[in-house]
Amino acid sequence: MQAMLILPELVLIATVLVLFAASLKKIKGTTLTVIALAGTFLTLVATVLSISASGTIFAGAYQVDTLSQLIKFLLGGGLFLIFVMCRDLSGIEEEMQNEFFFFLSLSTLGLMMMSSAVELLTILVCLEISSYALYVVISFRKGEGRRTEVEAGIKYVLFGAAATGISLFGISYIFGLTHSTYLVDISAQLPNLIQHQSMAVIGMVLMLCSFFYKLAMFPMHAWTPDIYQGASNETTTFIATLPKVGAAALLIRLISMTGPSVTEFTWVLVVLAVLSMSFGNLAALVQDDIKRLLAYSSIAHAGYMMIGLLSGNQLGMAAVIYYIAGYVLMNLACFVVIYYIAPRGENITFEDLKGLYRRSPILAFTLAAGAFGMAGIPPTVGFTGKFVIFTAALEKGFYGLVVIAMVNAAVSAFYYLKLVRAVYCQGEEGAVEKIELGIGVKVFGFFLIAAIILVGIMPQGLMSMADQAVAALL
Amino acid sequence: MHMEKYLILNTLSYPVLSLIMLVPLVGALISLVIKNETYLKILGLLVTLITLVLSLPLFTCFDLHTAKYQFAELRAWFPLLKLHYVVGVDGISVLLVLLTTFIMPFCILCSWRYIKKRMGEFIFVTLVMEAAMIGVFISLNTVLFYICWEAMLIPMFLLIAVWGGTRKDYASIKFFLYTLCGSIFLLVAIVALYIKTGTFFIPALMDQEFSFAYQMWIFLACALAFAIKIPMYPLHTWLPAAHVEAPTAGSVILASILLKMGGYGFLRFCLPMAPAATIYCMPYLIALSLISIIFGGYLALGQTDIKKLIAYSSVGHMGFVTLGIFLLNDQGLKGAILQMINHGITTGGLFIMVGMIYERTHSREIADNSALGMVMPIYVTFLGIFCLSSLAFPGTNSFVGEFLVLFGAFKKSVVVGFLAIPGAILAAAYMLRLLQRMVWADSDGHAHHHDEAVGDGHAHKLDDLSFRELSMVVVLAIFVFWIGLYPAPLLNIMDASVTHLLHQISVGGSVVPVDPHSGHQALLELGNWCKQMMTF
Repeated sequence: MQAMLILPELVLIATVLVLFAASLKKIKGTTLTVIALAGTFLTLVATVLSISASGTIFAGAYQVDTLSQLIKFLLGGGLFLIFVMCRDLSGIEEEMQNEFFFFLSLSTLGLMMMSSAVELLTILVCLEISSYALYVVISFRKGEGRRTEVEAGIKYVLFGAAATGISLFGISYIFGLTHSTYLVDISAQLPNLIQHQSMAVIGMVLMLCSFFYKLAMFPMHAWTPDIYQGASNETTTFIATLPKVGAAALLIRLISMTGPSVTEFTWVLVVLAVLSMSFGNLAALVQDDIKRLLAYSSIAHAGYMMIGLLSGNQLGMAAVIYYIAGYVLMNLACFVVIYYIAPRGENITFEDLKGLYRRSPILAFTLAAGAFGMAGIPPTVGFTGKFVIFTAALEKGFYGLVVIAMVNAAVSAFYYLKLVRAVYCQGEEGAVEKIELGIGVKVFGFFLIAAIILVGIMPQGLMSMADQAVAALL
Repeated sequence: MHMEKYLILNTLSYPVLSLIMLVPLVGALISLVIKNETYLKILGLLVTLITLVLSLPLFTCFDLHTAKYQFAELRAWFPLLKLHYVVGVDGISVLLVLLTTFIMPFCILCSWRYIKKRMGEFIFVTLVMEAAMIGVFISLNTVLFYICWEAMLIPMFLLIAVWGGTRKDYASIKFFLYTLCGSIFLLVAIVALYIKTGTFFIPALMDQEFSFAYQMWIFLACALAFAIKIPMYPLHTWLPAAHVEAPTAGSVILASILLKMGGYGFLRFCLPMAPAATIYCMPYLIALSLISIIFGGYLALGQTDIKKLIAYSSVGHMGFVTLGIFLLNDQGLKGAILQMINHGITTGGLFIMVGMIYERTHSREIADNSALGMVMPIYVTFLGIFCLSSLAFPGTNSFVGEFLVLFGAFKKSVVVGFLAIPGAILAAAYMLRLLQRMVWADSDGHAHHHDEAVGDGHAHKLDDLSFRELSMVVVLAIFVFWIGLYPAPLLNIMDASVTHLLHQISVGGSVVPVDPHSGHQALLELGNWCKQMMTF
C-alpha cells in the first residue's frame, strides 16, 4: 500500500484536477467555492489521517517521515484556512477565479511534495512546481491599470529564476564534492567537508538561495515588498504563509545535514540572520502601506527563524517548525483584516485602519492579536516561538546574536504598536460605517485569536510533535 | 529536581493562587458579551471584590514561621523545557498580592463616572491587567513571571492610549517601548540562567553559586528591567508622562502596583540570585536611590500639575524603597517592603482624589483647584490625610516605612542617612505646598478659576464627595492609620522571608570572592571610595 503513504498528495492532485476541469467548464460562483473548499478540506483530513505514516518511495528520492507529514498538515490546514478566508475572491478578475483556486492548490501540491523530497533534483522540481503556479497567479488582480500587478508578476518570475539558477549552481558544487544528489549520501560526508573545504560552504550557501528566496531571507528578500504590494490581497495571503512553511521544512532538512558543530557556514548564516532582521525591521518602521509593512516584517521574521536553524540543535530546529506554524496563524490574522477592510481588493494604509475598533470590534481584536503576536509579546504564540528559538541559540552560546535579535524585537514592537494604535486609538469620533461581516468571518477571527493565544500558552502538543520530527534528522 | 522542598503545597479547600488569577480572566471574558454600561461596572466591581475575598485566606492562614513558599501549586506545563506551572507566595509576595487584590476594586470604583466611552473594553483590560499583575507576584517560575510581566504591557498600553489625556499617543508609546527595552534583557537573563542550571524554578535558582562575573551579568540584566519599572533615576522619564496622561484607574494601577514590581524584582531576582554582585553594586545603587529621592522631590516641588507632582513624588518614594532594599539590612528591607505597601495605599488614594477633582473642574492644575476648603470640606479632609501620609507624618503608614528605612540607613552609614533626610524634608515641602494651595490659597476670586475651568455655564457648583467616593477614601484612610499605628501584622508576615533573604545574601555574598583584578579599575576605585564614605 505505498499509495497510502502519499495520500495527502493524491487527494490534492485530485482536487487540482477537478478544479482544472471546472475551469474548462467555466464553473463559477458558489459551486466553484464548494468544490475548492471540499477538496482542500479532504486534503486536510488526509494529512491528519497520514500524520504518522513513514516510508520511502520512488527509489529513495521521496521520504515520508514525521517532518514531512507535520509540514503537510500545516500546508493542508493553511490552504484550507486561506480558501475559507478568501472564498469570495473579491480582488481577483472574474474570469480568473477558477484558475486562482487551481493554481494555488497546485502550488501547495509542489510545497507538499517538497517537504518529502530527499533528493536534490526532486527538490528542485517540486520547488519549480510551486513557484510556476505562483508566477501566474500574481497578475490575476482585479483592476483597471494592470501595471503594478504585472510588474509584480514579472519581478517574481525574474527573482525566482535567478534564485533557482544560483541554487543549481550551488547544487553542482555539492554534487561535485559528494558525487551524489541524495541527501542521505550527502549528509554522511557534509559535516566533514564543511569543516575542511570552503567550496562546500559556498556550495551550501548558494544552494540555499532558492529557499531564502521563498522565505524572504536576506539577500534574496528584495522582491518581497513589491510583490506583496502588487499582488491581490488573496494572493499575498498565500505568498506570505505557505511557501514559507515549505521553505522552512527544506531548510531544516538541508541545514541539519551540516552537523551540529559551529563552522564557517554557521557564521555565514549568523550574518544573514542579523542583516535580515535588522534590515526588515528598520525598513518596516517607515512603511505606510500595510502589506508593504508586513512584507518587511516577514524579512525580519525570516531572520528570527534562521537563528533557530543555525543553532543546529534539536530544540532550535523544532522551534522553527513551531514558529512557522505560529507565523502562519499570525499572518492570517493580519491578512483577514486587510482582506475584509478592502471589499474591492485595494491596498490599505494606516489611514484605513484608523478607528477600526468601532467599525468592526472583532477584526480590530484579530489584528491586535496578530500584531502583538508578531511583536513577540506574551501570551502569544509569537512570544513562545521566539523564546524557544532564543533558548536554543543561547544553548549554543550565541549570546551576541540573541541580544541583537532582542533589540530587533524591541524595534519591531514600535511598528506593530503603530498598527494597534491606529486600530484602537485613532480615528475621529462620530458615526462610522460598520463593516458587515458574515458569521463565518467572525468565527474565523475568533478561531485565529484563540489559536494564537492557546498555542502560545500551551506549546507542548505542537512542540513535542516538532521535536519528534527533527529528532530523526539529527 | 526537588521542587517540593521549597514549597508548602496548598492545603486550602480551593487552589487559591490559581483561582485569584483565573477569576479576573473569566470576568474579562464575560465582559465581552455584556453591552449595558451599568451592568459592566457592576460586573467589574463584583469580580474584583470576589478576587479580594478569595485572596483573604492568604492573610489569615499564612504561616508566619517559615520562609518557604506557601499555598503552592505544582503542575507540569511544558515538559520539553522542564517547565512547570508553579505558583506560591512567601512573606514578601503575599503582601503584594493582597495589595493588588485590595487596590483593584478601587480602580473600578474610581472609574464609575470618569470613564465615559468604551466601558466594556475598559472593564476587559482592567481585569486582564489584574490577572497579569497577580501572576507576576505569585509566579515561582521565571517564564511565567516573564509572561505576566510582559502581558501587563498590553492592557496598560491600551489604558493610556485609549482613555488617556491629550498626549496619550506619546505617553503610551514611551511607556511601552521603555519597559519593553528593559525587559528584553530580563528575558536574556532568564534564558541564560536556564542554560546554566537547567531550571526555570526561582527558588532553585537562588540556591546556585555562580561565579562573580556571571553574577554581574545576571544582576545588570535584571537590574535594568527593574530599575526602569520602579523607576530609578535616570530611567524614570516615562513615569511622569504615563501618569499624567493615564486615566485615574490607570494612574492608580501604575502607582500602586506596577511600580512595586520593580522592587519585587530586585528582591526576588537580583538579591538572592546574584548576592556577590549585589554587594559589589550596592554603593552605586544606594547612590542612585539617593539621587532619586532628592531629584524626585526637587522636581515635585516645581510642578503645577497635581498629577505630575504626585508622579515625581513617586520617584522620590520609590527611591526610599530601593534605598531600603540595597542597604541589605533587616530594617532597610522591612522598611522597603512596608513602604511599597504604603505607597500603594497612599499614592493610590492621592490619585483617586485627583481624579475626583478632575471630574468636577476638568483641570489638574493646582491654580484651577485652589481654595477648596470652603466648598468641599470632606474632600479636603481626606486630601489632607493622604498628603500627610505621603510626607510620612507620624501616625500614618509611611512614617513607619520611612522610619525603618532611615533607621537602616543610619545603621549602615551616617552619610547615607543624612543624605536621605533632605528627601523627607522635600516631601513635606511639596506636599504641604500642594495642600496649602488646594485647601486655603488666597481665597478671593477662586470661583472665577472654576468658571474658566468648566467654562460651560453651570460653574462653581462643586459637590462634595458622593457616597461612592466617600466609601473609597474612608477605606483607604483606615488603612493609612491602621498601618501607621499598628504595623506589626505586616512586619510579622514578612519577618521570616526577610531573615531568609538576608541569610541567602550573607551566605552567597561571602562564598564568591570579589576578584579585584576582574573589574574595571576606575569603577572599582569609585566603589572603594563610596564604601569608605559609607563606613565613615
